[in-house]
Amino acid sequence: MSNPLRGEVIRLYKNLLYLGREYPKGTVYFRERLKSAFLKNRDVTDPEKIRKLIDRGEFVIKELEALYFLRKYRAMKKRYYEPEH
Amino acid sequence: MTGRVLVGVKRVIDYAVKIRVKPDNTGVVTDGVKHSMNPFCEIAVEEAVRLKEKKLVKEVVAVSCGPQQAQETIRTALAMGADRGIHVEVSGKDYESLGPLQVSKILAALAKKEDASLVILGKQAIDDDCNQTGQMTAALLDWPQGTFASEVTLEGDKLKVVREIDGGLETIKINMPAVVTADLRLNTPRYATLPNIMKAKKKKIANVKPGDLGVDVSSRVEVLRVDEPPQRQAGMKVESVEELVGKLKEAGRI
Repeated sequence: MSNPLRGEVIRLYKNLLYLGREYPKGTVYFRERLKSAFLKNRDVTDPEKIRKLIDRGEFVIKELEALYFLRKYRAMKKRYYEPEH
Repeated sequence: MTGRVLVGVKRVIDYAVKIRVKPDNTGVVTDGVKHSMNPFCEIAVEEAVRLKEKKLVKEVVAVSCGPQQAQETIRTALAMGADRGIHVEVSGKDYESLGPLQVSKILAALAKKEDASLVILGKQAIDDDCNQTGQMTAALLDWPQGTFASEVTLEGDKLKVVREIDGGLETIKINMPAVVTADLRLNTPRYATLPNIMKAKKKKIANVKPGDLGVDVSSRVEVLRVDEPPQRQAGMKVESVEELVGKLKEAGRI
């Protein structure tokens, strides 16, 4: 029953959960969506498919990091720098 | 290859939190409020870590002054790639009055003790907006300073710093050891991911007291009052040009 990719999937979930703590719409909003996204694919057993889904998760992590960076950068720019003409 | 880079990191109220002033006007509410690393300090850490990744420096040391929770901020710096941390423990009354002068004294003492060849700091913190710590640290050490850096290049024992100044950029070349303060466009700081934070728990954080460094943290600045910025007055709608002109005259604008 135990899938060799199980550990990796759990790690991905934990990493996403951690990132969700900073989500602009709130931790709860993020967690619900994260959980349902993982539950939707709970019956996937094909290792190749699981790998693809993990890759997608990694992509979402990259996107979230970029989102947080831009959000902070924009806030700092708005607060401390005059708008460019 | 030069030796050690000292990076100062400050724990501040998170940039996304709405700041509230205490009802007795003595300060802002910090209890139960999300804190994180000052965004400009993140840029400073990133720059130091990049220098290390380019093998231009040997070691990156992250320093923070504050209560026990300051260790979380140091941990974030370690997760971003700093090698070890120094927590200068300042708590209670001393922490409330801790200002740029006291912190720069601590940083100057540590830079000497650790034999650092470069000190990188954020240009200012988003809580007190002082923009003084880097300048004062450089003055106390009698080292050159490259403030508001938007580009830093090591050239032998010299440092080329492109500075953000009003209406443009200024390029200076300074001797090492030096103090550099990071501006917003210096780099894009990496995110301290969960696996890296876990790994950072293995890195060492030394605990020192200001007294051990021979620094007196008493402050000569007294905060009289902290007030919220004035609220924006409500606008009004006018029906005609005459009314508009009348209202403007009434308000003394024309």
